[in-house]
Amino acid sequence: MSYPAVIKPQDLLCPKPGGLYCPPGDFYIDPVRPVDRAVITHGHSDHARAGHNTVLATPQTLAIMAERYGEDFAVVGRQPLAYGESVTINDVEVSLVPAGHVLGSAQAVVRWKGLTIVVSGDYKRRRDPTCARFEPTPCDVFVTEATFGLPVFRHPDDAGEIAALLKSVDQFPDRAHIVGAYALGKAQRVIRLLREAGWDRTIHVHGAMERLNRLYEAHGVDLGPLEPATIERGKTGDFAGSIIVAPPSALADRWSRRFPDPVDCFASGWMRVRARARQRGVELPLIISDHADWDELTDTLAELRPGEVWITHGREEALERWCELEGIPARALRLVGYDEDDGE
Amino acid sequence: MRAFAHLLDRLSLTASRNAKLTLIEGFLCVTPDPDRGYALAALTGALSFDAAKPAFIRKAVEARMDAQLFAWSYDYVGDLAETVALVWPARPGANREPELSEVVEALKATSRAQAQALIEGWLDALDADGRWALLKLMTGGLRVGVSSRLAKQACANLGGVPIGEIEEVWHAIEPPYGDLFAWLEGRSERPSPDAPGRFRPVMLAQAIDEAVDFARLDPADYAAEWKWDGIRVQAVSERGERRLYTRTGDDISATFPDVLEALDFEGALDGELLVMRDGAIASFGDLQQRLNRKTVDAKLMAAHPAGIRAYDLLLDGEEDLRSLPFAQRRQRLEAFVSRLSTTRIDLSPMQPFETWEGLAALRAAPPPGDPAIAEGLMLKRWDSVYEPGRPKGPWFKWKRDPHLVDAVLMYAQRGHGRRSSFYSDYTFGVWRQDETGERKLTPVGKAYFGFTDEELKQIDKFVRDNTIERFGPVRSVRADLEFGLVFEVAFEGLQRSTRHKSGVAMRFPRINRIRWDKPSREADELSTLERMLEG
Repeated sequence: MSYPAVIKPQDLLCPKPGGLYCPPGDFYIDPVRPVDRAVITHGHSDHARAGHNTVLATPQTLAIMAERYGEDFAVVGRQPLAYGESVTINDVEVSLVPAGHVLGSAQAVVRWKGLTIVVSGDYKRRRDPTCARFEPTPCDVFVTEATFGLPVFRHPDDAGEIAALLKSVDQFPDRAHIVGAYALGKAQRVIRLLREAGWDRTIHVHGAMERLNRLYEAHGVDLGPLEPATIERGKTGDFAGSIIVAPPSALADRWSRRFPDPVDCFASGWMRVRARARQRGVELPLIISDHADWDELTDTLAELRPGEVWITHGREEALERWCELEGIPARALRLVGYDEDDGE
Repeated sequence: MRAFAHLLDRLSLTASRNAKLTLIEGFLCVTPDPDRGYALAALTGALSFDAAKPAFIRKAVEARMDAQLFAWSYDYVGDLAETVALVWPARPGANREPELSEVVEALKATSRAQAQALIEGWLDALDADGRWALLKLMTGGLRVGVSSRLAKQACANLGGVPIGEIEEVWHAIEPPYGDLFAWLEGRSERPSPDAPGRFRPVMLAQAIDEAVDFARLDPADYAAEWKWDGIRVQAVSERGERRLYTRTGDDISATFPDVLEALDFEGALDGELLVMRDGAIASFGDLQQRLNRKTVDAKLMAAHPAGIRAYDLLLDGEEDLRSLPFAQRRQRLEAFVSRLSTTRIDLSPMQPFETWEGLAALRAAPPPGDPAIAEGLMLKRWDSVYEPGRPKGPWFKWKRDPHLVDAVLMYAQRGHGRRSSFYSDYTFGVWRQDETGERKLTPVGKAYFGFTDEELKQIDKFVRDNTIERFGPVRSVRADLEFGLVFEVAFEGLQRSTRHKSGVAMRFPRINRIRWDKPSREADELSTLERMLEG
């Protein structure tokens, strides 16, 4: 990479109270308050908010935003940009590259006067049957998330986690297994992984995720037979031996009482630490995350070897320390407004 | 190792006893010998290693990664074994993943210096769950909420035999218990229980139902004695082997060398372990100082001397008395104890009575002295043989009425398993005047049973409707002089406690009644509890 010495990366992107701002292009990336022009990396609500004038994102992300906020989520208009295409905003070239986080998730690549910055948004490196896989893009500055930026977070292979769930269903045929999973992305990935593992029975889903399930199916993700997790005429026993997918908050809710002696499962990267599982009363933790774990974060930085690393939400200090040990210049951006929890 | 690791992982987060049994039985059913036997030994506390001290583990991990990154990781996770298990840099293919039996057998055979290299090699080869299991095994104490009795119950379920049969052979068998599993799977005869010093499964009593039982029972058929408030033990001295067991067959000999030394006889006694000073019995709190210790020092033994108050005689010399009626065993016991030269073993005296009314009067007003620390009375049929388990009819316990106190609900915590969507664990408090003279609630205990499912729903609704603050799974509930939910709490005893802010700790507290009607300001004062303090 080479760009004129008079140009500094912060001339192209700099943190502002509203989010990461691009002065020469006059747009924000994932702004946390309404702005005139926004580039959105993915549909989770802490990154994709309603009320911007113009929104540029992948067609899938735009569809997710419309589903969640209504068709009028952008005041002036939407600007779909497919993976691999590019557009010039003022003097700045913007393109979107798969980030592997959820359906439609993208890294925003911005180029200006020979300088390239990649804003990864949230990402993961491993295969996910519900979205396009992360593509590494050479750059001068790589802006990385750090949700799981501590060496304790090493997510195991997701097939093993799904196998543990199925084994438990087999061991406790009289109980219902309720899997807490975020409604956008995690839920569909868990369902899809269950299908890949050969579970072809009906999966029951909480009402809060039905619309997003349909949206995923419309984008070609086959989720198999799904039914709403409602009990007709009070037959609790109907759910014995079944798998129910619900938002994590529903586990502790009165909602879960309708099921027979439920096994509370939670699909999240945080489940790697037992105290976290215990704290939430989770009986079967499933370590399945849509964020890069420590190895994926550090492997990505080692692979890209960017001139500089900017670290956003999460555990910035440990990743900064790793960069220091590796001799990669790094700094924490300390952007506010993004959830440090897994997903949304 | 992988199957064992997954078992521990599941057990550590499973609250329900039945679910734990299912998990253990499932593991024992599919895991081959000798791995399952060593796993059973680990669960029952029959394995111990001194090869891996925490300091060594920490040094080993810091040689592999940046100390600052490790410090942050440890800070976040909070548990050394778990942190090391998570951060240890994997070296896939470096070594073959060891089986549990390889680990156990190799550690038994090597020196401490060699053991460290072995452990590091295993940590390289295992995944995070496997490393966690290995480190738990090394550093002692699995702490996954499984008692040795529960593990034995899982074996009993596996073989479809009564747990007493497992307990009886337990001390004659050794890890990895190949003979036990062969018997449980019907491939061979039951292992012989005839090892000197073995445990004999204990006979337990039913709680008496006052409304039904007295009307149909004849007082002349029953003997009565105090139910002393210590822990039930079996003391065996047989062909040179001396052992002290809990009623579930756990060997606690090492914790009570003073008692062991007093077992200068040939036989097996059933009795109550108590702290005794010059023949006078001290409170359960005194005994608690001696329990759950791996080792004991002379100072503690001198301050809290332990002894046995004998209830029954199971073995007299070489003669097994268990098939004799209680009346005959009692005569043999009296003669047996009178021959002993120690003051650490005495006789639980019989309490003669004519009618049930007379016995009720004794229970309500025990004579001063020792019986004040009895939990109640035991009734034993004179003709009862010593039968393991809890048979219905021959023995009854008739506990003293519990202490009662009115306390106010302060915090509620979500339960587990079937109750995980309910706030079912309650911390309650009583009033105390602070320095400014203001009445404030101070927590005095925690209870999670004593109410019906219907009442649980009502309390849960009360908690949700009156939450002031949340801390993870705990909610703090509105409780002040004007408003609050009063529980009538029943408990068995009260001790001074330096660990509780209130200075008192309850034994066996439970919700006796929910006093929806009672204004919170009329709940009890801490001073009421202080007057109930024992000794």
